[in-house]
Amino acid sequence: MSSEAIDHSRRRFLTAATSVVGAAGVVAVAVPFLSTWKPSARAQSAGAPVEADISKLELGQQIIVKWRGKPVWIVRRDEKALATLAEIEGELSDPGSDESLQPAYAKNQHRSINPEYLVMIGICTHLGCSPTYRPDITADWLGGFFCPCHGSKFDYSGRVYSGVPAPTNLEIPPHRFVSDNVVLIGEDGEA
Amino acid sequence: MSAKGNGLMGWIDARFPLTKMVEEHLSKYYAPKNFNFWYFFGSLALLVLVIQIVSGIFLTMFYKPDGELAFASVEYIMRDVDWGWLIRYIHSTGASAFFVVVYLHMFRAMIYGSYQKPRELIWLFGMFIFLALMAEAFMGYLLPWGQMSYWGAQVIISLFGAIPVVGDELTLWIRGDYVISDATLNRFFALHVVAVPIVLLMLVVMHIIALHEVGSNNPDGIDIKKNKNEEGVPVDGIPFHPYYTVKDIVGVVVFLALFSVVVFFMPEMNGYFLEYANFVPANPFKTPEHIAPVWYFTPFYAILRAVPDKLLGVIAMFAAIIVLFVLPWLDRGKVRSIRYRSSAFKWLLVMFVISFIGLGYLGALPATEGRTLFARIFTIGYFGYFIGLWFISKNENTKPVPERVTS
Repeated sequence: MSSEAIDHSRRRFLTAATSVVGAAGVVAVAVPFLSTWKPSARAQSAGAPVEADISKLELGQQIIVKWRGKPVWIVRRDEKALATLAEIEGELSDPGSDESLQPAYAKNQHRSINPEYLVMIGICTHLGCSPTYRPDITADWLGGFFCPCHGSKFDYSGRVYSGVPAPTNLEIPPHRFVSDNVVLIGEDGEA
Repeated sequence: MSAKGNGLMGWIDARFPLTKMVEEHLSKYYAPKNFNFWYFFGSLALLVLVIQIVSGIFLTMFYKPDGELAFASVEYIMRDVDWGWLIRYIHSTGASAFFVVVYLHMFRAMIYGSYQKPRELIWLFGMFIFLALMAEAFMGYLLPWGQMSYWGAQVIISLFGAIPVVGDELTLWIRGDYVISDATLNRFFALHVVAVPIVLLMLVVMHIIALHEVGSNNPDGIDIKKNKNEEGVPVDGIPFHPYYTVKDIVGVVVFLALFSVVVFFMPEMNGYFLEYANFVPANPFKTPEHIAPVWYFTPFYAILRAVPDKLLGVIAMFAAIIVLFVLPWLDRGKVRSIRYRSSAFKWLLVMFVISFIGLGYLGALPATEGRTLFARIFTIGYFGYFIGLWFISKNENTKPVPERVTS
């Protein structure tokens, strides 16, 4: 070994370069490990869009479709039900759906593409219970959805009443009409 | 260091510092001679850790981490495996016992100022242990795959959804599916039985090494190393072994007696240790009527619910834990022990204890308007302690601290 003076700047550079390359390697290896936590191909295919046949749905009826493990309701609303939407806006906490989750094409009073067909995730925004469809009209109930767990009330568009535990309107999933009789849930379409 | 002996010990000591370690950590580790009741809980926490690891290893021999099989495998352990019910109840009671001793252990540090300089790192390691313990308990609670396992995890994981921008992606990544499912159960199992216990053990070792580096605090909050005899031994110190090992055995006996009463006579503890809804298999389509976490999380859950806004509630809940991390720097006092601190400190501490217990009580109940009001008052009381401490500790009206420990 020669007794030359140590070149500190060269040593610092090599240390820094080694550290940077090493750190990049660690990050690169971390990616596959962390990515294993994303929904697997199987989970994603189970979460693929589902088609629902609505040709046999009568006015006032509800069907429930399973999408991504969640219940999705399809309700065919009649004129009377749609008429209530404007009537009760004073009692709702967010009639304009500004706080809730829905595709842009469902951010309207009837919260759907076609006013007649409501497509909505049947899970209460409070603590995840599944509300029930209550079209029966009484003196103080114009019809809509009622959550038996903690008494949250929603109108025919799934908009939440004020003064109930649920914070926001029910969620509308992305959906589009493949034809007049088939609706595809889980995929956006043009409004 | 002692001279190297002959024979087997000499042979080992030449290759591994066994005698040195025993002396440093036991026979020549001098702890203050005035330890009281509050000093049982450190060794008891270590005991519970061992109980949890041993009972946990045996549970994994029969448990199936599978969404289809998990619930039934727990029932299999309870009914068909010889003594399986005992192992399972030891593990479930151990979880609650862990939090009992850890909360008391932390409270001891608060009343005697054990987190103050130079023991800040001991406190920080301890807080990371507390954090790891909470993660461990939360993930372990999902494994029986009952209704409360499922919906409790649903509520807690949705908390991350409150984080702006990345929240929804993050919850999807944690769950590994669009709902809590087999994927979630499997990863929680891996973390619960392998990853978190390893972290926990490492942190416990660091906690103890840091403690033995600076030496234990005591109920008088005096530095016993200031007063040493000619041999360099603190005059107010006694060797940990045999004095405190024997003392701790008394604590262990009393603790195990109480632990056995719970395991054998009240393992469910009236729904507080094992919630009733968890005897029903997980059902993603039906939420239980009332969702409450296990008792040791209720104070933080009550803080979450006390805040009307979802994101702010989540922030407040995490802040309640983070504020504990900075406690050594919030307390600007020079006097450690409550015995010599001001009455302002004592009143603040009373407020903190009432708030913490009050929050714990409210967090287990369904929220009503009146209860939410109380939860808000207690939340202010909880944070008020830390804010108040920062202000009063600067120029605190303390009593004179004695030179030697009192008996």
